[in-house]
Amino acid sequence: MESNRGRTFSRRWFLGAGTASLATAGLGAGLTGCGSGGSGAGDGKTVTAFVYGDDAVKVQQAAVDRYNKSAAAKKAGGTIRLQKVPGSDYSPKLRTAMGSPSAPDVFFNWGGGSIRTYEEAGKLVDLTDIIADDPVLKSGFLPSVLSAGDLKGRHYGIPMRGMQPVILFYNKSVFAEHKLQPPTTWDQLLDINAKLKKAKITPFALGGSDLWPNLMWLEYLVDRLGGPEVFKRIQDGDSEGWGDPAVLRAAELVKQLVDDGAFGSKFTSVSYVNGGAPAVFAKGKAAMHLMGSWEYSTQLGKFPDFAKSNLGWAAFPTVEGGTGDVRNVVGNPTNYWSINARTKNKDLAVGFLKECASEAYAKDLVANGDVPTTSNAKKLLASAPNPEYATFQYDLVEKAPAFTLSWDQALGDALGTKMHTEIGKLFAGKSSPSEFVTACKGLK
Amino acid sequence: MTSTVQKTSTVEQGSRKASRVGRPHAVWALPAVLFFTFFAVVPMGLALYLSFTSWDGLGDPRPVGLDNWKKLLDDPRLTQSLTLTVVLTVASWAFQTVVALLLGVWAAGRQRNRAVLSAIFFVPFLLSSTAIAILFYALLDPNFGIIQADTLGSQSGAFLAIVFVGGWQFMPFHTLIYQGGARQIPEVLYQAAAIDGAGRYRQFFSITLPQLRHTITTSTVLIVVGSLTYFETVLILTKGGPGTDTAILPYLMYEAGFKQYDFGYASAIATSLVIAATGLSLVLVRLSGFGSMRSTREGM
Repeated sequence: MESNRGRTFSRRWFLGAGTASLATAGLGAGLTGCGSGGSGAGDGKTVTAFVYGDDAVKVQQAAVDRYNKSAAAKKAGGTIRLQKVPGSDYSPKLRTAMGSPSAPDVFFNWGGGSIRTYEEAGKLVDLTDIIADDPVLKSGFLPSVLSAGDLKGRHYGIPMRGMQPVILFYNKSVFAEHKLQPPTTWDQLLDINAKLKKAKITPFALGGSDLWPNLMWLEYLVDRLGGPEVFKRIQDGDSEGWGDPAVLRAAELVKQLVDDGAFGSKFTSVSYVNGGAPAVFAKGKAAMHLMGSWEYSTQLGKFPDFAKSNLGWAAFPTVEGGTGDVRNVVGNPTNYWSINARTKNKDLAVGFLKECASEAYAKDLVANGDVPTTSNAKKLLASAPNPEYATFQYDLVEKAPAFTLSWDQALGDALGTKMHTEIGKLFAGKSSPSEFVTACKGLK
Repeated sequence: MTSTVQKTSTVEQGSRKASRVGRPHAVWALPAVLFFTFFAVVPMGLALYLSFTSWDGLGDPRPVGLDNWKKLLDDPRLTQSLTLTVVLTVASWAFQTVVALLLGVWAAGRQRNRAVLSAIFFVPFLLSSTAIAILFYALLDPNFGIIQADTLGSQSGAFLAIVFVGGWQFMPFHTLIYQGGARQIPEVLYQAAAIDGAGRYRQFFSITLPQLRHTITTSTVLIVVGSLTYFETVLILTKGGPGTDTAILPYLMYEAGFKQYDFGYASAIATSLVIAATGLSLVLVRLSGFGSMRSTREGM
């Protein structure tokens, strides 16, 4: 009997340990399974490029096809292989890949905080001298955009997509039906909200479950109330910067909008990424949508008729009593290509980056509804599918005294994620504006 | 009972013969042991190691002693997350056990269409849990779904959706376990009960349930451990929201690991989940008397 007990104990122990180990399997697989996928920094003949896989990726694919056939690629002795990583998984996939032997040679990123950890780990090619020595790269891009993604004054990325300011989009037919004009002041905006709600239309579409669309509201409100310096201070590492009165006031205005039903009652479970919020907007269930300029190409892809005839756009209104310049813009100046320091074929990779300064590339971007950040962009805008929209965007950015990088991108993943959580709680009514400020001050 | 008697007598006949027909050789366990070592023990050990380091996924992990564990205890989100995890586990258990037990007992019978219906009931378990979550996400879409209520927008709604989707997916598996368990119950017990005048309900509560005691333990351990590691449905349906209302521990682990790239902290959460799951399994097994492997058919 005694020995029997001993045996059952060990059997029990195994049962427990065996089932319990499933708990770690999730994380463990993530950590140990990095070796799969992508030939990466292997032989130098094939250079892998990771790109954010959304509707705009066809422009990068065309550039890869063009470059692989070019004399420059033949001279460097290899080809580029584009790997399209689905949008919502892009950052974690890039991180696991970069820590593994099969890292990409070239990768898409948002500049600034989004690549800081890679730079600190010595994983990035410093492009400053390469750009200075190369006439094509040196004069190819708008200097302000090129340096917007800098770290400590050094360039680590080449602009590769259109500029992405956040714009107040509106549904023209809904506005016409209710005789409305896009708001230029906050009071007008509240007035429009009241009229729309009376007509049983949700004033604003909002993909609240993704959290980052919520962030755009705070970014603009803080800028309009206190100017770009408020966030600059936070970005530079002073968490007391969250205590600025502009942040609290912005959070209060957000709460007022939420309580007022400006985003409808269901926005916390609506997503932008899966197409929910754009559909609500395109189908006229919501009248306006504060979103990055990519909203145009998203709508063009999903609801082309709406994008072509009923999509209107305006700058974010001024807020009464605020000190920020109404011409200021928030958003992503652009996206960048960076090069992995461990690439086996840097010439091939750099050659590919030069392709992004070419007129053919800029033309493809324009045709996709984007506004390139290349210096040759302005003359191409006339041939855009919607020259009016392209010019609006270009002028908006060109005239902006300040272009604040999206807060999450500027702060990096660790802080950005925690900030998203706090913003989610604020919008969901789980924390008050003052609790929000206190929580943000405590983020580290 | 008879087979045990036979085995004992074989052993007495001689050790050579016993080694041939008796217990399987240890080598037979090798594939399972290797698999378990590489895909469970080694990752578990790695997670334990990482929980004492700071690692952002790049470069080498840097030892930081107990920092991650202190951070875990100080984390203001821990209490909420722990409560949610416990509530989810209990709710999943109650929902799945009741329905799966009834379905399983029904499926063990000999009714018409039973085989066909049982096969159909089993289908959800064959689907990928990600696919199921995406499917339900579309069905529950507040503007374009079939219900068009804001199910995922409130804590209770989102929570019930998670419990329901998980139950819908895993119930077939537990039904199958109960079906097997119920089939093992000797027919004579029911016949004797019928002679004694016991009705349907009396038979269920006095014969079926007690006879399924060990099956219930097995199924419970699997549900409890499964709920503790339940993750992808939460990620896809709610992303822990609204706010942090459905951010259970595994989701917190994912967020720390794959959003904040704080793998040390994520590993501390993972390790604590392993400890919790192991502890709970042991407690359940001990409480139910499953470990002593007493037969439910003693005296028959």
